[in-house]
Amino acid sequence: MAKIKYIEHNGKEHIAEVQNGLTVMEGAVQNDIPGIDADCGGSMSCATCHVYVKEDWYNKLPKKEMGEDDMLDQAYEPNSNSRLSCQIMVSDDLDGLTVHMPEKQV
Amino acid sequence: MIKTDVVIVGAGPTGLFCAHQLGIIGLKCEIVDNLDKIGGQCIELYPDKPIYDIPAVPECTGEELTNNLIEQIKPFKFSFHLNDRVQELTNENDNWVVKTTNGKEFHTPNVVIAGGVGSFEPRKFPTKSAEKFDGTSVLYSIKDKTIFKDKSVAIFGGGDSALDWAIELSNTSKVSLIHRREEFRGAPSSVQKIKELSEKNIINLFTKYSIKDVKGNGSLEEVEIKSEEGESKILKADYVLGFFGLIMQLGPIAEWGLNLDKKAIPVNTENFETNKKGIFAIGDICTYPGKLKLILSGFHEGALAARGCFKYARPNEKYRFEFTTASNTIKDRLGVK
Repeated sequence: MAKIKYIEHNGKEHIAEVQNGLTVMEGAVQNDIPGIDADCGGSMSCATCHVYVKEDWYNKLPKKEMGEDDMLDQAYEPNSNSRLSCQIMVSDDLDGLTVHMPEKQV
Repeated sequence: MIKTDVVIVGAGPTGLFCAHQLGIIGLKCEIVDNLDKIGGQCIELYPDKPIYDIPAVPECTGEELTNNLIEQIKPFKFSFHLNDRVQELTNENDNWVVKTTNGKEFHTPNVVIAGGVGSFEPRKFPTKSAEKFDGTSVLYSIKDKTIFKDKSVAIFGGGDSALDWAIELSNTSKVSLIHRREEFRGAPSSVQKIKELSEKNIINLFTKYSIKDVKGNGSLEEVEIKSEEGESKILKADYVLGFFGLIMQLGPIAEWGLNLDKKAIPVNTENFETNKKGIFAIGDICTYPGKLKLILSGFHEGALAARGCFKYARPNEKYRFEFTTASNTIKDRLGVK
């Protein structure tokens, strides 16, 4: 279980307790947190669950697998802090993670 | 004007199998899809990715699944209307009048929306200023490449479309290629070619840059690009091309007066009819308690929606359930002995 903070582009914060084994994307969708669309349902095919993770946490997360950066090319305003939240698996280690949502997903 | 029993919106696996079920029970249908090919997300997003949860098929790719579904409905000779999008839906004397972007018109008692997460559209530049040049000098696809001859063209993107067009247009235009990181996801041979053209100064290559602004009085004159550190550069450009892949937009479906829950259409689970009589929704676009976004669920939903369509297409007949193994009528429809 990890407490994850999701911050909308307008600054509004949401905190969700997300079970281990779910993804950061699922944590948002299941708790009705706006700002993550996840059109493809988590198959790394759409880039609509894009989030920014600040350096302190970015470097602690498991590295991106092949294909995630290719998909991020197609995200809205990606930068070097970008991740697809469907590819971040929640574990106890992620307790306290903060992710920022982009202005929009599409 | 085409009269039919059912119009299916979307040629993904769910729409295709629903067409099969309509054929089995003796109904006709027409299938409309915005993409230029049959298969929906299976073909557009993951043609080569293996799928492991189609019942009785341990493993197949999106492309194989699509080809098999097309094969399965061949006996019914249904028409596909590709590269076209259903735009308008109006009710006329218990019939639905369905109008498409290409000006086609269908009259039908039933519409089955199997539209996935909506229609695929090119992802556009985030820059507001790009909007006023959209379609004239800011483009997301190329119809006529001769317009770029002897012009300055700034191409954004890192996939095959961006690389292929950069290589192709560099023969006759001054091409700049801009990508947000150093790695490209296009074919290795194209990436190699781009590097060669850049070394020979035939293409201006800018990696770790993205678009900041487009400028021009009347016509487009220049594009401003920025690095992540905030450094910006101005490039002369008559045209700006963006190749960022496709996104899915609900599009006109949102305007048909259907109940919507987020981006999905609530249905009943008896026949997958929406809040409008004769309009059904199946596959990823429909929602109900317990909904799973699985292809197999879409197949089930399509089978039941097809029976729902029967009632309105043949109001004076009673639907009779039959097995394909035993029914001679069905075997006739399939053209088998």
